[in-house]
Amino acid sequence: MTEDEFAAYQSLSEETEDHRWAFGTGFADPLEGIDTSVPHGTDATALAAYCLMLGDDALIYSHRLQQWMTRMPELEEETALANIALDLLGQARMLLSRAGQAEGRGRDEDRLAFFRDEHEFRSVRLAEHTDADFAELAGRLLVFSAWRLALFGRLASSADPVLAAIAAMGARELTYHRDYAAQWVIRLGDGTPLSHGKMQAALGVIWPLVDELFQADPVTAALPGVAADPAGLRAEFDAVLATVLAAATLERPSSAPLARVAGRSGRDGVHTEAFGYLLAELQSIARAHPDATW
Amino acid sequence: MVTRPAAYARTAADLARARAIAAAVPDPELPMVTVADLGILRDVSAEGGQMVVTITPTYSGCPALREIARDLRRRLRAAGFAEVTVRTVLAPPWSSDWITAEGRRKLREAGVAPPHPAPRNPGFPGPVPLTLTMSREPAACPRCGSGDTTQTAAFGATACKALFRCEACREPFEQVKAI
Repeated sequence: MTEDEFAAYQSLSEETEDHRWAFGTGFADPLEGIDTSVPHGTDATALAAYCLMLGDDALIYSHRLQQWMTRMPELEEETALANIALDLLGQARMLLSRAGQAEGRGRDEDRLAFFRDEHEFRSVRLAEHTDADFAELAGRLLVFSAWRLALFGRLASSADPVLAAIAAMGARELTYHRDYAAQWVIRLGDGTPLSHGKMQAALGVIWPLVDELFQADPVTAALPGVAADPAGLRAEFDAVLATVLAAATLERPSSAPLARVAGRSGRDGVHTEAFGYLLAELQSIARAHPDATW
Repeated sequence: MVTRPAAYARTAADLARARAIAAAVPDPELPMVTVADLGILRDVSAEGGQMVVTITPTYSGCPALREIARDLRRRLRAAGFAEVTVRTVLAPPWSSDWITAEGRRKLREAGVAPPHPAPRNPGFPGPVPLTLTMSREPAACPRCGSGDTTQTAAFGATACKALFRCEACREPFEQVKAI
């Protein structure tokens, strides 16, 4: 090992004012050193709420993927999902930090991730879905990444330069995620009768959560030029899904959308039963030991 | 440690020295290459009495960035630059195309295939084309040089690498992903 290599490893283990990358270890601000002023004419409260929505989608989805770790049939799939979960966690960190800055109430990414209650999370209900099997995992990841890539493609030209930069970077990652999911949907759909049947059934389970992704919300409406109209993403999403499903010899499901609750859904803080269990696992350490460091 | 007076950092010779120190910082996950080889190091400048180092993340979740920032501060302080600020820039996003020729040579020598040219979507922002098969282009095996290789996974041990197998020498190897 050369001297430089040794120094790199040594710097990983030495005790300094900085800490490791996990809760309770004194996070460094992921937007440190970036000009984070809110552009003139942008509604800062709405921008904070918007970044919270997109950050929550990534945080909750990432946690669901992390729950698959050690359960994959092959090492290659394990590393793929770990990488996808890590990309989404990175996006969540930047978006939650951006939300906290725009909000101006002193809440950082930790505060927002670990010390909010279920009704304060603004993620779409697709993000919290528990995948019953690998077919659901692949199908749900295809839906989520195709939608999010269409969204980030538009946000790359957002009037908020921080959001635009996060989106431009994230879009490249999501391209890999979407391709990974699409390739698995095709392998399973165009595979054996058993895998085809499981993949078709999985799409039927996920489909009720699709419509919510394209519903209008007041936060987006308050941010012209900054946010992207959800309804405007539908055509691109449908085209991607049609291409993949055709290659996979799968039918587009016709299951009815999951009902809103008194007109409200994920973006309004109304979640499915699965959300509470996920949040308990995500937050319990931080809440039990709010001042913990290691 | 000898701490030089802050004003010292304003001289051109000092700036050149700080640049050389920053450029030599190795990547914690690919220690055979430096942050300058990878194109992560964007700028080193003197602002008043302090050295400002600007770096860019490779991937949103890359945990190496914090370690790189820490290593930069540690080395520059050890060299006598008392005040060091490390700034992050997100735009334009890092591309594997920024890896230098020297960086590519070092990667290959260490058994890691350098990346292909990054896919560019000329219409971006706009629909990104789907890729429905594994890697289109085989990577040349960094061990035997054969082009008869197969991608076994689009994701490797770190966010920035994919896994391949050489059909000629039968060895597995990693490639830095094109992004």
